[in-house]
Amino acid sequence: MASTDIHLHDQLGHDHHDDHHHDHHETFLTKYIFSQDHKMIARQFLITGILWAFIGVLFSVLFRLQLGWPNETFPILETLLGAWAEGGKLSPQFYYALVTMHGTIMVFFVLTAGLSGTFSNLLIPLQIGARDMASPFINMLSYWFFLLAGIIMAISLFIQTGPAAGGWTAYPPLSALGQSNLGSQLGMTLWLLSMTMFVVSSLMGGLNYIATVLNMRTKGMTMFRMPLTIWAFFFTAVLGVLSFPVLLSGCILLMFDRSLGTSFYLSDIYIGGEVLTNGAGQMIEGGSAILFQHLFWFLGHPEVYIVILPAMGMVSEVLATNSRKPIFGYHAMVYSIMAITIIAFLVWAHHMFISGMNPFVGSIFVFFTLLIAIPSAIKVFNWITTLWRGSIRFTTATLFSIGFVSLFISGGLTGLFLGNAALDIPLHDTYFVIAHFHIVMGLAAGFGLFAGVYHWYPKLFNGRMMNESLGVMHFWITFIGSYFIFWPMHYLGMTGVPRRYYEFSQFETFNKYDDLNMLISTAAILVFFAQFLFVINFFYSITKGKRMPASLNPWQGTTMEWTTPMEPGHGNWVGKIPEVYRWPYDYEVDGHGFIPQTVSDEQLKQLSKTNVHHS
Amino acid sequence: MSTLTQNYYSNIHPKRFVLWLFLGSIVMLFAGLTSAYIVRRGQGNWVEYILPDIFWASTVLILLSSITLHMAYVFHRDHKAKKYRMALGATVALGLAFVAAQYSGWMQLTDLGVRLQGNPSGAFLYVISGVHAAHLLGGVALLLIFFFKSIRRKEPVKRLMEEIDPERTLGVELLLTYWHFVGLLWLYLFIFFLYFG
Repeated sequence: MASTDIHLHDQLGHDHHDDHHHDHHETFLTKYIFSQDHKMIARQFLITGILWAFIGVLFSVLFRLQLGWPNETFPILETLLGAWAEGGKLSPQFYYALVTMHGTIMVFFVLTAGLSGTFSNLLIPLQIGARDMASPFINMLSYWFFLLAGIIMAISLFIQTGPAAGGWTAYPPLSALGQSNLGSQLGMTLWLLSMTMFVVSSLMGGLNYIATVLNMRTKGMTMFRMPLTIWAFFFTAVLGVLSFPVLLSGCILLMFDRSLGTSFYLSDIYIGGEVLTNGAGQMIEGGSAILFQHLFWFLGHPEVYIVILPAMGMVSEVLATNSRKPIFGYHAMVYSIMAITIIAFLVWAHHMFISGMNPFVGSIFVFFTLLIAIPSAIKVFNWITTLWRGSIRFTTATLFSIGFVSLFISGGLTGLFLGNAALDIPLHDTYFVIAHFHIVMGLAAGFGLFAGVYHWYPKLFNGRMMNESLGVMHFWITFIGSYFIFWPMHYLGMTGVPRRYYEFSQFETFNKYDDLNMLISTAAILVFFAQFLFVINFFYSITKGKRMPASLNPWQGTTMEWTTPMEPGHGNWVGKIPEVYRWPYDYEVDGHGFIPQTVSDEQLKQLSKTNVHHS
Repeated sequence: MSTLTQNYYSNIHPKRFVLWLFLGSIVMLFAGLTSAYIVRRGQGNWVEYILPDIFWASTVLILLSSITLHMAYVFHRDHKAKKYRMALGATVALGLAFVAAQYSGWMQLTDLGVRLQGNPSGAFLYVISGVHAAHLLGGVALLLIFFFKSIRRKEPVKRLMEEIDPERTLGVELLLTYWHFVGLLWLYLFIFFLYFG
């Protein structure tokens, strides 16, 4: 904790850091491992996230092998997985474990920690003009709890009874009773432990992000001069801080049911004709399995906005910068994010229309669900109008941002179908749902993540840039391939093909789609391998990538991160933190290509006189 | 801990702000638990029981502890080191007495036949008040740290430096906020159990 020697005074309103030197002694441990520098913590989140993304996507390829070629055997699987794939065919138990782990890993470890963990850490201090987070120490702990959550989850992959296999939603009684499923034994215990650590990590991160945004902006950086990225990260953190504790309360009750014989979620369970009893020999009764669904989805639905809002923020920034136009409707964007944040807490039960809820209650949730489409549509409109008649620079980040908008529209429209109780009841738990949320949440957020990495790579790794040609190839294969994976699933779902089935060959209604499933699986495998274009590009560029130009502003952006040195030290700016004089979207104004936020009107006049333009 | 802080936009210390947000997340945790209680209660098959009187005593204890900690804060502000330490000690004692009273309440309930393993109406009380007690014990651990820091004997100058250390003053203030919060949280839970019991 005393490892850094930038001791800035804790006095309010004082600015005493001009004379502090930044080249201090750092050991490998304090610089790379126990770092409190928000930029290093961002790198830690990103690289851990990439590692988990590899595992999570690999799992989906494994179960797509089963779905695409249910009658084939793959001896390599037995070599790799041993007893879980005897004879080269995934065991049903392990299939469910893979599905569960794919969901858990992708939603929490990749798209929550990997996305908002990385970019909130990197961009909040850099874009608002702060030296670091409100509490760098808690920020460091946030990463360490995330890592711990990951290690516990990784251990659960290697235990004899296998990892949790009851779906990423962990509904009881399946998840509560070890008798119901091998994965509900030790694997589920570890899952709950891991999720608890994850909640702690995300709370620590979220508290810091909010406090930093509200308290540590540089002079002149009013709330409505903040880039949309910061608005998005801010509301993401608000969502997390308010919803993750509710998941924790649901998990606490589940832990009691699993370990101490309570019956919050359990009632009248018969196993093999025998009634299930507690330690005292009484029949377990009085619980309500639906209760868990309420607690889970009270987090679960805000969680999808936790995943998508940071991507929305980054896409807004990338699109404005690369269309060389002010973002269209800045205030509308901010209020849309705000509206999404509020309504996000009022829609959770649309995941539970078939749980036997009162249809009147259901109709209220239908109303709010359709209502949330309005701010989402405003955002889509604004992205398109930002691009409209812009001088678009098709960088890789731009392509991924446009891809994001495309996916968000495709996936968002099916959300309107599913948000209606009358349509949701037949479509519930079919591949239509899988298609919807993978496109609108999984892919779209993933594309936002890629856009962010390609765009801000120079700020992540010492001014180096990723290779654009490889990036463009990566984009097109991923974009087209992803639509090939998920578009056909809509048709499967509309004919009623249920999700979570190990194979369909025994169901005459569904086994005629074998060819379609093969196509989906082939596309999934192709897209998986295309990601190595990204991985190679990413790791190669860390040391070998081209340095960004001497202007230190490769995309000619207006925001504050581009005013930091090539390799910013802990504290970000050498000398005084620049002040802010304008909003972040001054592109093509009064003959100036772009005006950074830190340029004052007087400086601008000087520039005009000497006729030195920024573009 | 060196904190890289500078030119705050508002006049609230970031650490204080982080604490308030943390309290907000605890509120959500208990909002989750108590609304689960209400939802489950609304579904019927709900065993009712009378809350043992000892919970009144524990409520008084926790409210008293808030007063003693507030006194500790005042003594610290006025540089009355000995009284500060004594008030901290009294708060620790009252905090532990509260937990003991809760424990005895749980035992009385068990004797009445309200078990953890049984109808969720009882199990909810054990879990919710147990999670609350865990939050209180976290506060006791922090109080003990401040208590032991206050009895360290050093040369007078160093002692004075410690007494006027702004970090410690901030720490005492934050601890006071947390402790009041945990007390108020119990008051809410107590009224909740009385009303919905």
